[in-house]
Amino acid sequence: MKPAPFDYHAPASLAEALALKAQHGDDAKFLAGGQSLIPAMNFRVAQPACLLDLNGLPDLAFIRPEAGELRLGALTRQRAVERSPLVKDHAPLLHETMPHIAHPQIRNRGTLGGSLAHADPAAELPVIAVALEARLRAQSMRGERWIAAGEFFVSLFTTALAPDELLVEIALPALPPRTGTAFLEAARRHGDYAMLGVAAVVTLDEAGRCERARLVFLNAGEGPVEARQAAGQLAGQALTPAAAEAAAAHAAGHEINPLGGVHASPEYQRHLARVLGRRALLLAAQRAPGGAA
Amino acid sequence: MGQLHPVKVVVNGKTYERQVESRLLLSDFIRHDLGLTGTHVGCEHGVCGACTVLLDGQPVRSCLMFAVQANGQTLQTVEDLGTPERLHPLQQAFWEKHGLQCGYCTPGILMTLVPFLAENPAPSEQEVREALSGNLCRCTGYQNIVEAVLAAARQA
Ligand SMILES: Cc1cc2nc3c(=O)[nH]c(=O)nc-3n(C[C@H](O)[C@H](O)[C@H](O)COP(=O)(O)OP(=O)(O)OC[C@H]3O[C@@H](n4cnc5c(N)ncnc54)[C@H](O)[C@@H]3O)c2cc1C
Ligand code: FES
Ligand code: FES
Repeated sequence: MKPAPFDYHAPASLAEALALKAQHGDDAKFLAGGQSLIPAMNFRVAQPACLLDLNGLPDLAFIRPEAGELRLGALTRQRAVERSPLVKDHAPLLHETMPHIAHPQIRNRGTLGGSLAHADPAAELPVIAVALEARLRAQSMRGERWIAAGEFFVSLFTTALAPDELLVEIALPALPPRTGTAFLEAARRHGDYAMLGVAAVVTLDEAGRCERARLVFLNAGEGPVEARQAAGQLAGQALTPAAAEAAAAHAAGHEINPLGGVHASPEYQRHLARVLGRRALLLAAQRAPGGAA
Repeated sequence: MGQLHPVKVVVNGKTYERQVESRLLLSDFIRHDLGLTGTHVGCEHGVCGACTVLLDGQPVRSCLMFAVQANGQTLQTVEDLGTPERLHPLQQAFWEKHGLQCGYCTPGILMTLVPFLAENPAPSEQEVREALSGNLCRCTGYQNIVEAVLAAARQA
């Protein structure tokens, strides 16, 4: 199928891109990697009147440490994130997750910011952003603001970005000491969207007990779903297999709201949440420097 | 018909200049405007991999780019690999190992695996299967494709 006609603009500067977006509002869409937008246009699910191609703005693609954080430009290709030694070092959770996103041919074009702005509940990157407590910088003609990842994802394919705002940068804070992370998902085929996935971040205290945990699920609701109660149960406890099982079972039974699909019923997704949640918590604890188990 | 945009691209070492509508997909540009019909189109939503071409040496889906976006860039299509008289070593291995039946998926698979082998000259079977995960084949069951890739790697 072929896309409907549209006006094409290739802004030569960030200022021009923002001015065009302010002018056209919701009639215009930014074109980043195009790996979600162009399929939707080919199906005519999306028929934007105007596209603002960001690919002529290489300044929006970077990976650099800054003030203890890792800063990534929104236009950074997913393949570049996957291959970056800085990402591997600073955010092993992100590094571990990248190969699960689609296929290399898709990651060669797809961008970090495009996946976050697209806010597909089955996507990996929104879950990682929430799990790592990322901050996202949005810019418009009116100015700029930082948005916490936990507040960025509003619902299905909906973010906190205003119609005139561009996501320009993602900041990942350093992991606290004694912290381990893990990402697990179940997909029918390597590279396919997962039936369910989970990211775990576990910080141990000096005695090796769980000081703080975070458990965030994908394809388990209308956006990344953080299981706060399950994580809260673990604080101050030894992260034994039984404790991990109890927390994951609570998350699967009470905190997620999987919508089901052709390949997995909601019941099966809950089953996956319990099994993968438990494994991810234990793996994260095991990977925490000084971790037991 | 909307406004036309100029596109100048180097494809397989040759420079082409055309005027295109913004909505023209790169895959259709390559096939219809340039007449390079070796690049195949299966699904037009990024799933099948038949349309894979190299953009600045990296495999991408040509159905998920607009032709206008290729302006100033360098592309390679399957026509760049070998000729019927002198097949590329990977094409030769596909021939010898029966790595294709109808051949619809083959151009996309070759354009995915040529850069893969350049980066991974001695891949394991598992690595080959993962590299193939973004390309659908309805005929072969993949077994002979995997064997062809491993054979090409051994010969290189
Ligand atoms: C076959 C296939 C399989 C896939 N499998 C997966 C998978 O398993 N997991 C997964 O997570 N994804 C998957 N994807 C999607 C892929 O990761 C996309 O690259 C990603 O979702 C969108 O990024 P993009 O840069 O291509 O964005 P685009 O498609 O260009 O844009 C997506 C949306 O975000 C908006 N946008 C883009 N950048 C910005 C910005 N900086 N600021 C504001 N708005 C912006 C656009 O206007 C558009 O509405 C798959 C895609 C395909 C084709
Ligand atoms: S035609 Fe492009 S991936 Fe199927
Ligand atoms: S050989 Fe027929 S689809 Fe692969």
